[in-house]
Amino acid sequence: MNIPAELKYTKDHEWVSIEGDVATVGITDFAQGELGDIVYVEVETVDETLDKDEIFGTVEAVKTVSDLFLPLSGEIIEFNEALEDEPEKVNTDAYGDGWMIKIKISDASEVNGLLSADAYKELIGA
Amino acid sequence: MKNIALNDTHVKLNAKMVPFAGFNMPVSYEGVNVEHETVRNGVGVFDVSHMGEFLIEGPEALNLIQKVTTNDASKLTVGKAQYSCLPNDKGGIVDDLIVYRVKEETYLLVVNASNIEKDWNWISQHNTMGATMKDLSEDYSLLAIQGPKAVEAMHSLTSVDLSAIKFYSFEVADFAGIDHVIISATGYTGSGGFEIYCKNSEVQQVWDKVFEAGADFGIKPIGLAARDTLRLEMGYCLYGNDIDDTTSPIEAGLGWITKSTKSFINDEEILKQKERGTERKLVAFELNDRGIPRQGYDIVDSQGRKIGNVTSGTMSPSMGTGIGLGYVPSVFTDVGSQIHIQIRKNAVPATVVKLPFYKK
Repeated sequence: MNIPAELKYTKDHEWVSIEGDVATVGITDFAQGELGDIVYVEVETVDETLDKDEIFGTVEAVKTVSDLFLPLSGEIIEFNEALEDEPEKVNTDAYGDGWMIKIKISDASEVNGLLSADAYKELIGA
Repeated sequence: MKNIALNDTHVKLNAKMVPFAGFNMPVSYEGVNVEHETVRNGVGVFDVSHMGEFLIEGPEALNLIQKVTTNDASKLTVGKAQYSCLPNDKGGIVDDLIVYRVKEETYLLVVNASNIEKDWNWISQHNTMGATMKDLSEDYSLLAIQGPKAVEAMHSLTSVDLSAIKFYSFEVADFAGIDHVIISATGYTGSGGFEIYCKNSEVQQVWDKVFEAGADFGIKPIGLAARDTLRLEMGYCLYGNDIDDTTSPIEAGLGWITKSTKSFINDEEILKQKERGTERKLVAFELNDRGIPRQGYDIVDSQGRKIGNVTSGTMSPSMGTGIGLGYVPSVFTDVGSQIHIQIRKNAVPATVVKLPFYKK
């Protein structure tokens, strides 16, 4: 199981990469494996400011629909539009080309609530 | 939860196993899109041993089958099968099934796993003529070998000329070193192939030989997820989604298996519907924009008023568009009618289309 040490994680199987006040968010390798072939990523919340844990989008595999939860409060400043035509990038490169959104973080203290790679590894029993 | 005979084989193949109709079943192996494509263009094998099998025998067998099913089983000669359904007495459907005439007075009924007990009780209850009934469900396995390369890949396993078995015909013959196997030119994919019925004690050998013979043809195991996308691209009904105890066979577009040449349970009401039409009908639709319809989503008109429900929906792996089935009032059932599917906040426009969605 690929769980990069430098990233932060959530119990909803999302990863977060933080640079200054901008966080990049995607779903983990474990999550994409559980979902199977991803066929659609819908994010219609760009430019909206949402609270942590609010739904910012939806990821659809052939058989399932899953909500995507915002890992940190803030403004959604970008959606990875490459996923509109190639949602399978989430399967093939979950931590790279399969990134989903960028957030302008509004409350930096929330970062401390995210899981470390070790804590996430424990959560999924990897 | 029950296990099918080859449970350990699927686990060893790294199948994702999920509970389905009371059984642990392989839902996918390598991934649904690859598996779907394998069946459309090559050959793949489904283990659908959860399905139920009833044997109906004796001089009254045909009379019982005629009473409980809508299609006309008197048209079956030995070696032929037909798709049919069991109507209930309230206008709905107990189950859909395939009826095989195995011998002069012996018929095999293949029913959905989720309905085995319900069907058995229903048919037993109507067996006032005293036909002999046996439930073989626990003793028999079913492998569906499907795809355009199925005939070529499997021909070395049997003395029968597989290419000569016509659609909805079958042979009881040798297969993979086992005698008296049912080799049936049926399936639920629209890509051709066979269904093999054998005893649980024989299925491991059959599975192994099928994969040996198919190796040069790129044969792969296929899970239930791809079975669903394959059947939906053809517009085949799935019991529990598109048909159930409350939907009539006429509404569901199954008028073609509802025959007035015989009498059956609730035939008066159903044949009246066939003649006069129904208020709602099952339609096939394709989304005009991005999105994936799902079972239970509302179907709405251009004003946003609810007009029906999606009963099955998916992203079509072959075409890359959102496709589905659902019930709508008869004014929306013409091909080309514009409807909308409520997907979360958006009413996504969709067009009523002719089946099948997937054309070779």
